[in-house]
Amino acid sequence: MNFHFNEEEQEILGMLEDFCKAEVGPKAAEVDENERFPEETWHALAEMGMAGIYFPEEYNGAGMSYLTYIGACEKLAEYCATSSVMLSAHESLCCWPIFKYGTEEQKQKYLAPLCAGEKLGAFGLTEPGAGTDAAMQKTVAEDKGDHWLINGSKIFITNAAFADVFVIFAMTDKSLGNKGISAFIIEKGTPGFSVGAHEKKMGIRGSSTCELIFEDVKLPKENLLGEIGKGFKVAMTTLDGGRIGIAAQALGIAQAAINEAVKYTKERIQFGKSIWKFQNTQFQLADMQAKVDAARLLIYRAAQAKEDGEPHSHLAAMAKLVASETASDVTRRCVQLAGGYGYSREYPFERMMRDAKITEIYEGTSEVQRMVIAGWMGATK
Amino acid sequence: MNILVCVKQVPDTNEIKIDPVKNTLIRAGVPSIVNPFDGYALEAAARIKDKDPDTKIIVMSMGPEQAKAALKECVAIAADKAYLVSGRKFGGSDTLATSYIIANAAKMIEEKEGIKFDLLFFGKQAIDGDTAQVGPEVGEHLGLPQVTYVLEASVEDGKLIARKEVEGGIEVISCATPCVATFTKPSFDPRFPTIKRKLAANKAVIPVISDEELVLDETMIGLKGSPTRVKSTNVAQKKSGGVKIAAETAEESAAALYAALTEAKVL
Repeated sequence: MNFHFNEEEQEILGMLEDFCKAEVGPKAAEVDENERFPEETWHALAEMGMAGIYFPEEYNGAGMSYLTYIGACEKLAEYCATSSVMLSAHESLCCWPIFKYGTEEQKQKYLAPLCAGEKLGAFGLTEPGAGTDAAMQKTVAEDKGDHWLINGSKIFITNAAFADVFVIFAMTDKSLGNKGISAFIIEKGTPGFSVGAHEKKMGIRGSSTCELIFEDVKLPKENLLGEIGKGFKVAMTTLDGGRIGIAAQALGIAQAAINEAVKYTKERIQFGKSIWKFQNTQFQLADMQAKVDAARLLIYRAAQAKEDGEPHSHLAAMAKLVASETASDVTRRCVQLAGGYGYSREYPFERMMRDAKITEIYEGTSEVQRMVIAGWMGATK
Repeated sequence: MNILVCVKQVPDTNEIKIDPVKNTLIRAGVPSIVNPFDGYALEAAARIKDKDPDTKIIVMSMGPEQAKAALKECVAIAADKAYLVSGRKFGGSDTLATSYIIANAAKMIEEKEGIKFDLLFFGKQAIDGDTAQVGPEVGEHLGLPQVTYVLEASVEDGKLIARKEVEGGIEVISCATPCVATFTKPSFDPRFPTIKRKLAANKAVIPVISDEELVLDETMIGLKGSPTRVKSTNVAQKKSGGVKIAAETAEESAAALYAALTEAKVL
């Protein structure tokens, strides 16, 4: 029951905080306003060794704990939610499935440059007709003897326009439903594979979210990731981890909103005193902080379980459900505390509120998290 | 190239408050950082090393045991090795005594490492003392040429090429090595450490050069060797910020200025 960061982990997170203060935070509003993918932040994080925080050094990872990685997602989100999801989509959704299910050749070829930060990763599961019902995949991979022929499309893919390596899913046998899905690794520049238009979004507006299009893409046989027909399992276990990263993103956004609200309410004078002095303000913020800390413990518990190789699917779901709904609630209340200024783009509250909302949706909606939790309860109780 | 970068651990002056009654700095709870200008000097050394990986960067600091934290930060960023110069007899030194100690410590490090420093880099000044004297004085003690207020440095044919800040422009100077250079804020930000370097730096052993090892003329170090005396410290009067008048046309601006000056009874 010890979820705190050891001295080494604190040092690394402290180093990341220095970086965020100097480089990430000051740009967050501009990145949002211009819907600009902060490529320079990615390169700087890569330079620092953050592109493979919890992967072994033999694949160019930093060999740190999973908890450190989650702490990094949280820290980045405190300063810029866009930057946080850039890192977590790369590590949780692209590096991890290759690390877990890839062959040694695949790890050398893809994971090593991903962890070195030479390449950026992405993950493609969602389709226009396959969101929460992920088994409704329309993308098809036909076995053509010496290669796979891929046709179809994906939507809402994070990092898409800037990623070099994608883990994607396609039907290899439509008659088998879930069990007919397989995972593949595909690189940018593969003939027939293109990235579509940039999605215009409510929040995390700097994040590159696009469609992926596959038109008669010939993919070498060795690009199959894991076993044939086991793609659904690859996707679900990958998302179990990804959800902890998104929960940490929600946590970072919520904590940042509280920190800003404390600062704001102390400075804001109404009725002759700072509005912080009103008990309504204090009680509201106290409630928010208690909820955020509860979410924090759920997240660290899930991260620790993943680190220890224990079942964590339900723990990740609980962490994401609570953290994302807390983040939405907290940021909305912080906008209210700051009143007109909270609604103005001059202050970060409205951006945080918009950024928080997505954490209830991507990598499994809150409803999916409830399904996972209930599934676990039904199976064990 | 062998480069010595001298750094000072300073209180983060952004965080410092002033006791309104005693007029002294409240240092309790204020984090210590590497003097930012020294950080620029280290970055300049790191950039030389980027081009020539055989470059050796050694950092040195004079100060108490806690200054090891600053040295470790430098190792995490770019330095290959760090030395701490520390001893009671060195305490109370002003810039003259400090530069005398540092010059001699530099010579001692050269002996220990079996190298000669080609470049001795300093920040132009420390943000706590703001004297801008130590770097140039070390150059004088060692009889080396010096370039001050450097923005960017590179090495060509064994010579230092320095872009130096001067009033109204930039001078590019070529200087024979060995030499001393002091650095000011460049247009780029210093690099951040990497996870690997940070973890390695934590484990780095930092040798201490004590006042027993570095035996110096005691009339030239510490309080005895320091002609500077601090008589008193005062808090600078806060000035209110200026007003920018930028109306649509120059005539309107002039009229607004005239009105403001009239109202302030200046005119």
